[in-house]
Amino acid sequence: MSESVLRPENTEPVEFTQENLGWVPWLEPFPIDELTERHWTGLTDKGRANSDYFRLLVRDPDILGARTRTDNDIFYNEKGGLPRALRELSATTASRVNGCIFCASVHSRFATQKSKRGDEVQALLDGGVDAEQPDAAWRAVIDASAALTRTPGEFGPEHVQALRDAGFDDLAIADVIHGAAFFNWANRLMLSLGEPTPPAS
Amino acid sequence: MTADVIDHLVGVSEGDSLDAVRRQRPDAKANAQASFDALFDSDDLTQVSQLERRAVAYWAVALTQSPTAGYYRELLAAEPAGASAVDGAALATALDVALEDAVTVGPYGDFPAGPLSVENVDGLHWTPSDALASVAGGRLAAALAHTHLLTYRPRDASQDALQALLDAGWSTTGIVTLSQLVSFLAFQSRVVAGLTVLKGAL
Repeated sequence: MSESVLRPENTEPVEFTQENLGWVPWLEPFPIDELTERHWTGLTDKGRANSDYFRLLVRDPDILGARTRTDNDIFYNEKGGLPRALRELSATTASRVNGCIFCASVHSRFATQKSKRGDEVQALLDGGVDAEQPDAAWRAVIDASAALTRTPGEFGPEHVQALRDAGFDDLAIADVIHGAAFFNWANRLMLSLGEPTPPAS
Repeated sequence: MTADVIDHLVGVSEGDSLDAVRRQRPDAKANAQASFDALFDSDDLTQVSQLERRAVAYWAVALTQSPTAGYYRELLAAEPAGASAVDGAALATALDVALEDAVTVGPYGDFPAGPLSVENVDGLHWTPSDALASVAGGRLAAALAHTHLLTYRPRDASQDALQALLDAGWSTTGIVTLSQLVSFLAFQSRVVAGLTVLKGAL
């Protein structure tokens, strides 16, 4: 007999939002009391043992650990390169294009916190990647991230040029590429292993 | 320890300007490689075999129409049959044939019913042909269908899609590895695509 997926009682959010959503898994997370040293290493941060998402991913601990360390350097290494707010904007853009309501909620919130431009972030959520953006740098980051997210890829020299024209150096452009590319990884896991839950009331 | 695969695929050499850029995010560089190693040089093949990993990888990047497909095709073609009746070379040929009816443009799919439904985009719901399934076997065929789903229409992912994998013999842990594999390649192929364009513009 094969195992069965989990079908939690839930009313899935149906719109992009900056609110704090939850997430429930469709497969059983690894039991917390059976975590081995290798699992703890994969979790990287011990607090993540409390998250169903990470305790599901930790079933393959090595790839989880490597993925988390990749994520942290792309988004949190602030030695030069792209401002934090715009890294979050690249993540939000990829999530908007792919349709990951959960990922978009987390990273749009971070983008707003870092940029103090909640209205522009909300315009991306409400109107999508073609919604008007007053800031040329934001426009260039959104366009580049959306082009990278499409399959087959549409990212070309014109995107690099637009980012340069907006004042970004090569490291910042590489940060845009990595931010959008990483969320093509994260979106697929979040979308396919569980579903978002409404904001806690 | 494998040489840095992204450097290899983009054509970055030590001391290049792009090498200098990548070295400013040393943990991202090292762990993109560690991710590749965790998936393709794993010491635990009990849930997903090496042949399955390489077949799914080639399929994922070939669907993406990534220039990295040649690299992953070679990896697959070099893989011996192992426990299954078919070897990597035969699988690579079968996947090449299947590609013609599987390649499309994404992402597409449905949003949860509501205001976003106006953004729903129809597209191919690909399933393996009988010919491919007879070469790949039911378990791998199910993984190839899931790979197509994750690659092109991740927002269509569902409990039923996971149940189909469980029913085809995948374990919960095997599904996690499979999902990481396809999703990692969505990342790696985009990093390679982006850095290749940047390299041409340096």
